Amino acid sequence: MPNKDTAIEVTGLQMRYGDHVVLDGVDFALRRGEVLVLLGPNGAGKTTIIEILEGFRARSGGSVSVLGIDPEQADEAWRARVGIVLQSWRDHSAWQVRELLSHFGKYFGPYSTVERPRPIGTDELLHLVGLTDQAHKKVRDLSGGLRRRLDVAIGLVGNPELLFLDEPTVGFDPKARRELHDVIHRLADMQGTTILLSTHDLDEAEKLSDRILILAGGKIVADGSADQLTKEFSNQTEVIWTQDNQRHVHAGSDATTFARKLLAQHPEGISNLEIRHASLEDTYMNIVQTHEANSKAQKGDTQ
Amino acid sequence: MKSLRNVIGLGLARGWTEFWIPILTWQGLLGALFAPVSLVAILWFFRERQSEGVSLALLMLPGFLSFQLAQEGLVGVAQKLALDREDGTLLRAKALPQGMLAYLIARVVVIVLSALMNLMLVLIPVLFIAPGLVTIDGTGFITLAWVFALAFLAITPIGAVIGAIMKSPAAALGLSLLPMGALVLASGIFYPLAALPVISEIFPVYWLGHGLRSALLPEMLATLEIGGSWRPLETALVLAAWATGGLLLAPGILRRMARRTSGSEMEAGRRRYTQSG
Repeated sequence: MPNKDTAIEVTGLQMRYGDHVVLDGVDFALRRGEVLVLLGPNGAGKTTIIEILEGFRARSGGSVSVLGIDPEQADEAWRARVGIVLQSWRDHSAWQVRELLSHFGKYFGPYSTVERPRPIGTDELLHLVGLTDQAHKKVRDLSGGLRRRLDVAIGLVGNPELLFLDEPTVGFDPKARRELHDVIHRLADMQGTTILLSTHDLDEAEKLSDRILILAGGKIVADGSADQLTKEFSNQTEVIWTQDNQRHVHAGSDATTFARKLLAQHPEGISNLEIRHASLEDTYMNIVQTHEANSKAQKGDTQ
Repeated sequence: MKSLRNVIGLGLARGWTEFWIPILTWQGLLGALFAPVSLVAILWFFRERQSEGVSLALLMLPGFLSFQLAQEGLVGVAQKLALDREDGTLLRAKALPQGMLAYLIARVVVIVLSALMNLMLVLIPVLFIAPGLVTIDGTGFITLAWVFALAFLAITPIGAVIGAIMKSPAAALGLSLLPMGALVLASGIFYPLAALPVISEIFPVYWLGHGLRSALLPEMLATLEIGGSWRPLETALVLAAWATGGLLLAPGILRRMARRTSGSEMEAGRRRYTQSG
């Protein structure tokens, strides 16, 4: 039975193109209201997973439930509950921003409910994503960052219960990235929207996620919050200090013991002492490299 | 019911907007006027030259109108569909509830409006700049209307199928231009050829030309046609057969295209575009 608090449930998901295995038994679940980030190297299958969940791609095996329904069998009412942020590049370039958003909103009118009125008002939405000043501009005249905000607005216009974003900030400058992150935070906090986002940007994953899934070689190799992953998969820490105007670094898993000894040996002259845990980046590299080494070793065994 | 009315309204609105968007720019306006103005200029130039006892311009007119419709229904439709697939327009439609249906309704609206506009932009100026050239009566107008409508239904689904199965807009353009050229040449729409190969009678463009000639040309010119007379029954039957076949075939192929439309496919298109551009 699909649980009411579960937005997405994936069990044993398989995707093959001939002999090429893209997804090899993926399992995960996503609670309502959660922000989940799918992280992985290029070609790991992030986009494939998202397209299967969006109902845009037929899977080879396994079971998938999105908002209680199998996306392959989903109808238009289900479609109205799901928001998809696509990466535009030339489509609808001659439409005006407000005109396009208002037109797209009208598709959702018949699916409006008391709990979730649909669509979201065009002006309210333009304000939310910060496009009020560009309302009467043509889509083709928007910069890359503004255009992606329009993509987000289009994904949101039906007041979705679940929002998919596939690599939303690729090609963004830092300012545009920060602004989009703010929008996503606002959504998750104010509207309680469940969000599934894919990225290969670790900083983005750490900032936005409640939980991170790391995908490598068609499997999920790690699942947890950024903190949990860092603690679980990497016990590496760095002790950094300055002594006689010289900076020293000690890397290891024994930070506390090391620091105690260090201070005991040099009661004076130690300054700027700092203990730094492995970053998510270290953890990520660690996990992906371990996985790649393992799969190579396995292939070696079977050959 | 409520959602069906909604989606029909949205499709019509979308089609109306899309019809006007290109025309309301200078470039688009010039593009839309180029062909009709050229055709009218050619007709004006030949208005006094006689052939077969009538103005050469009058003999050319049905061919020009047929050519425009074939161009719009075959090449125009195929290319627009392939372009919309590549640039993500179709994927956006797919992400909306009932979006694909509204998209298809909009396509039909745009094609119908464009075809009517092209017809008017040639026919009306001709009535004014060469008065007495076309002596068309009520029956003629009715024939013009049903031949035009039926030929539209016969030709457009072929364009839609080509646009749906081709991988890129360039391929769709090539594949639609090829049969278009062959059809136009073999259909005798630019010259009434009694010696046309019988095979051309299979194709809808031949009957489009024949039907328009029967509507616009004087009765006596029927002797130049295959069989020596106007054949309204055959015109209706062949065009209706093509229309039925097309309308049975096209929805399945369009659905398959819609199902296969995905972000990855669009991404491949984007790569193709940035590499070549």
